Amino acid sequence: MIRLEGITKIYPIGKRELVVLQDVDLNIANGEMVAIMGASGSGKSTLLNLIGCLDKPSAGRYFLDGKEVGHLSSGELANIRSQKIGFVFQQFNLLSRLSALANVELGMRYTGNSDRKKAIEALDKVGLSDRANHRPTELSGGEQQRVAIARAIVKKPPLILADEPTGNLDSRSGAEIISILTSLHADQGITLIMITHDANIAHHCQRIVYISDGKIVREEKV
Amino acid sequence: MKSFFQMFTTAWIGIATHKLRSFLTIMGIVIGVAAVISLMSVGKGAQASILSRIQSLGANLITISPGFVSSGGVRGGFGGAQSLTLEDAQAIAQQVPYIDLVAPSYSANMQLVAGSSNLNSRVTGVTPEYQGVYNLKTDVGSFFSESDYEEGARVVVLGSTVKTTLFADNDPVDQKMRLGNNIVRVVGVLQSKGNMPGSTDDAVMIPFTAMQQMVAQQKTSTGGHRVSSIALTITDVNKTEEIIAEITSLLRTQHRLSDTASDDFRIMSTQEMAETVTETTGTMTLLLGAIAAISLLVGGIGVMNIMLVSVLERTREIGIRKALGAKERDIWGQFLVEAAFLTFSGGIIGVTVGWGASYLMAHFATMNTLVTLDIVVMAVSVSVGIGLFFGFYPAWNAARLNPIEALRSE
Repeated sequence: MIRLEGITKIYPIGKRELVVLQDVDLNIANGEMVAIMGASGSGKSTLLNLIGCLDKPSAGRYFLDGKEVGHLSSGELANIRSQKIGFVFQQFNLLSRLSALANVELGMRYTGNSDRKKAIEALDKVGLSDRANHRPTELSGGEQQRVAIARAIVKKPPLILADEPTGNLDSRSGAEIISILTSLHADQGITLIMITHDANIAHHCQRIVYISDGKIVREEKV
Repeated sequence: MKSFFQMFTTAWIGIATHKLRSFLTIMGIVIGVAAVISLMSVGKGAQASILSRIQSLGANLITISPGFVSSGGVRGGFGGAQSLTLEDAQAIAQQVPYIDLVAPSYSANMQLVAGSSNLNSRVTGVTPEYQGVYNLKTDVGSFFSESDYEEGARVVVLGSTVKTTLFADNDPVDQKMRLGNNIVRVVGVLQSKGNMPGSTDDAVMIPFTAMQQMVAQQKTSTGGHRVSSIALTITDVNKTEEIIAEITSLLRTQHRLSDTASDDFRIMSTQEMAETVTETTGTMTLLLGAIAAISLLVGGIGVMNIMLVSVLERTREIGIRKALGAKERDIWGQFLVEAAFLTFSGGIIGVTVGWGASYLMAHFATMNTLVTLDIVVMAVSVSVGIGLFFGFYPAWNAARLNPIEALRSE
């Protein structure tokens, strides 16, 4: 599903250039569940942003579902994001002035077909249908992250990208989130790529990719 | 349709989240629009009331008055020339086409006495056509008749103000009064035409023939009988310019003016007067509107300010929306709709407030005001335009935010 060939990402910082990713090759098959691990500043978030079409590579080729997407315009990338990719962030990133349900609906907003019933279904899947009308501030961290997952899956994307989804949660809520993500992968065959610091969580995945200084240093099958 | 509705709801939520801030922003537009509406309504009201007075004279009226007199290179004021004659009036009636009625008149100042009241006023000797030309109606009694005119009867028709001054609330019809040294009988009182300079409310009218007997009417060097002015009505308003041209050339011949001499008379039509008034009051209205528009502009800058703040504040939201697949035009549209919504509601409220203000001005300041549809449409569309114009830059700023940086912002 995902094929990265010689991906390099360089950020200009003033007059100097910062090489964040260097010549990264990575293949991820349909329905795979992959963890990315590495120290802060190793380039793992940049890698996830590139895979998520939020950013463009400076060099190299990126094939998503067999189609090269590395050099598409920002509008075309937005289209891919709206159709194929669901994001789950460390900080949940819910809109505080919207209800849980409205936040989930926002996940379909830019796909062209919004449907309240689907939003309720998605909330049901993360076990929060009774909290539909609560604002994010009225929910616990674990509940907020579950709303965020519902928002990511409501449009039924084939690919979910999670950037340290349990990073801001206590271990019990974290475990809940991981079990939801794992069951999504298991039941619906969603491809899941997850950044994590936690080796225990990484071991729920089928494969762990270790990244350091912008390079993939090791891959490990679980 | 659905996505438009979504955009609208999103904008509404954005506005409702910051109620006070939105209210203050809207107020800027409200004040601007209200100022435009109420000030322009004053201009339009003045225009309408002057025009209605001119129109009450009839659209088909043309008046000819004496022009300049030049002697030894010194040019006198209007009316200084004593050039118009009864014979001119007759020539116009006979030779110019599309003429309905011609009414020459001769005015002189006289002392009026009735009982213990007296008044120095302008007395005008007129022909029976005068009533038709100026569309005069009597409140009580009647205008003098054709036979009164033929006989030079000493009868008089009073303007409403003159009547009140001389007779207070008494019925003046058939009463005797003095006009200089002559005794005359009142036959009628004219309906009021509103208070404006030259109104017939101040007039005293007697048959032209009687006037000729009372005052020594001057004659011109060619032996014509001098008149103060000639008023006439025409049968086809669309021919006004041609008729004026015909009269001009006829009078120049009558007065034996050389080709290089300037006209010694002046021709005015109510149509022309109406056009002049429309033009000058239109300029005034525009000027008032322009001054008011400055406050609208200030309001617009307020909208831009708030939108910039709003974009800055919602940077992360923009990042989230972009991650969810929002295109630049989605973000751009969201903020533009929000700005337009602010200014549109400001425009609507502003129209209401401005309308109310112009009503109050008319009511308490006895000013004529008129709110016309074109002002309302203009003010509302200008306010929405201001929203789009001043919302454009903040919205564009929002749309081209880098999603990664936007997501990282606090």
